[in-house]
Amino acid sequence: MPSIQPFSLLSSSTDPGFFRLLFSGEWDALARHLSGNYLTTVRDGTEIYLMNMEAYLTHLTRTLPQATIDTLYMVGFASLFAVLFGIVVGMTLYVTQRGGIYALPGFNRLLGAVINIGRSIPFVVLILLLFPLSRLIVGTSIGRTASIVPLTIAAIPFMSRVIEAALNELGRGIIEAAVAAGATPRQIIWRVVLPECAPGLVAGFTLTIINLITFSAMAGMIGGGGLGHIAHMYGVSRFRTDILVYTIIILVILVQIIQAIGQMIARRLDKR
Amino acid sequence: MLEIKNLSKIYATPNGPLAALRDVNVQVGKGDIFGFIGLSGAGKTSLARCVSVLERADAGAILLNGVDLTRLKGANLRQARRNMGMVFQHFNLLMNATIFENVAFPLRIAGWPQKEITARVEHLLEVVGLTDKVKTYPATLSGGQKQRIGIARALAAEPQLIICDEATSALDPDTTRSILTLLKKINADTGVTIIVITHEMDVIKTLCSHVAVMEGGEIIEQGKVIDVLTHPQTETARRFFAKDHSEEGWFKAVQENKIGHQVFRAVFIGAAARRSFIHDVIRNFDIELSILSGSIESVSGTMVGSLIIEMTGDDAVLAKAMAFFRENGVEIEAIEGMETANPTDATYPTESIDSATCKDTVGSYEGGVPHA
Repeated sequence: MPSIQPFSLLSSSTDPGFFRLLFSGEWDALARHLSGNYLTTVRDGTEIYLMNMEAYLTHLTRTLPQATIDTLYMVGFASLFAVLFGIVVGMTLYVTQRGGIYALPGFNRLLGAVINIGRSIPFVVLILLLFPLSRLIVGTSIGRTASIVPLTIAAIPFMSRVIEAALNELGRGIIEAAVAAGATPRQIIWRVVLPECAPGLVAGFTLTIINLITFSAMAGMIGGGGLGHIAHMYGVSRFRTDILVYTIIILVILVQIIQAIGQMIARRLDKR
Repeated sequence: MLEIKNLSKIYATPNGPLAALRDVNVQVGKGDIFGFIGLSGAGKTSLARCVSVLERADAGAILLNGVDLTRLKGANLRQARRNMGMVFQHFNLLMNATIFENVAFPLRIAGWPQKEITARVEHLLEVVGLTDKVKTYPATLSGGQKQRIGIARALAAEPQLIICDEATSALDPDTTRSILTLLKKINADTGVTIIVITHEMDVIKTLCSHVAVMEGGEIIEQGKVIDVLTHPQTETARRFFAKDHSEEGWFKAVQENKIGHQVFRAVFIGAAARRSFIHDVIRNFDIELSILSGSIESVSGTMVGSLIIEMTGDDAVLAKAMAFFRENGVEIEAIEGMETANPTDATYPTESIDSATCKDTVGSYEGGVPHA
């Protein structure tokens, strides 16, 4: 008979239905014996993962919603910070460009170069690079809260460029009309540029948030928590393709909802 | 009120410096509607942009009520700008703001109290005839309505000067007329000075009291519209004020030698436009006279009639007939370039008509009786 041991390599307290079976006997007889009560996954013919069906389902109904909440938590906070910093940096890019409201072409080029560097680092590398920073800010480098740091840092350069592009959509004429009416640069930004560009900005936020969802899945794979973590832990490490599929379905639904909300808000704001 | 002195503006281009304005001198009086006309690249828009200080002039001064706008900076400049309203060709309205907020914009940035803003905006929308649109957005308006909002916005902060940069150039003829009527009414009611930048002669004729003709960054002619229109001194001015004769039937007929060679233009101004000179000439002189083309129009409120006539007869009689016209205040001269025997100038060159050149020469007065 094969020897059965608890699935101790992965924390058995968090996933109670799992057992790892080291296979050393007659595979067929064992499979027949188990098929009624257990879900099985086989790896390279020597190991077999078993899950008690009932425990597995109970576990899933707890794990997936929590992972979804974790993902929303990470993406939500990262988006919030990315939007705040992104507006500041994007607006700075916009106003300091040649012919801008506060034209500073030299500074603009420097800032642009820094942003390009930020955008050219692959996200997976960025997470690793930012482990010390996460530890400094959050106190740890793993878990959902720690992931907010690299997600925010990764999103800011992207968000800034998206915001810069949205602001540049505004025609020069309308700015000149405001200048000719005697508006101060501050008034131009608050009363003309931001309201007129609001639909484009919201579209940019939506784009960034959705990007952050995919980024968060990546973060989840290296200790970040959320749906990416679940997908990796069960779907990849334990060959549970079904769980992988569930996480994908949840991610697809999240993206669809966020895109729909973003488009709706942008349309409401757009009176053109 | 507005005095432009020796204004120059040079743009750096890949092909070297380009002078958009050269030594421009203009005086605009209070309550004038001063038109600047010229082809594209003549410098008229550069001039408007320099006056509104959207561009800095390279030399010269722009005095608005004695204050040199070219030297102002920061808060002083913004204060001066609030004394000028600007109307744009493409309206430049805030598309995500209501009509009310668009008109209120200059008042909000000038810090008016809400109560006064509401009253002022309502009044302005009444002036431009769009009170029912107060809560709608610009996208729902037609081009003419958008420009009315543009005008209301320009007027909002009670400026002394309004600059209309090609304000009607994007509009159809009917809408253009209604906008011009509106501007004229506003000028009459409030006495606001208006600067009009345009390439359309009709705008000058119907709206302006004064005109400056621009070419190559220079003002080549300026004065009251009626004077410049009836006595253009330069080729460019003549071309602007003359109709495009090449499209007229009489011009083609002359070209194809279906009618004779003695074609004249007679211009009647004011009271002269109402008298029956043609009748008198035919009765008193032994000539044949036929009218090829004629028009009468109102220029800055003065009637100006223009006739293209063909007269056949002895040179001596023709000369007498022309003298008769002149005695009665009608300006008349032979039209050049059509082998016209000019009774007043024996040395007048007779050239054959060349279709390539006739468009340039016909309609000009060169070689005829010089005006002055």
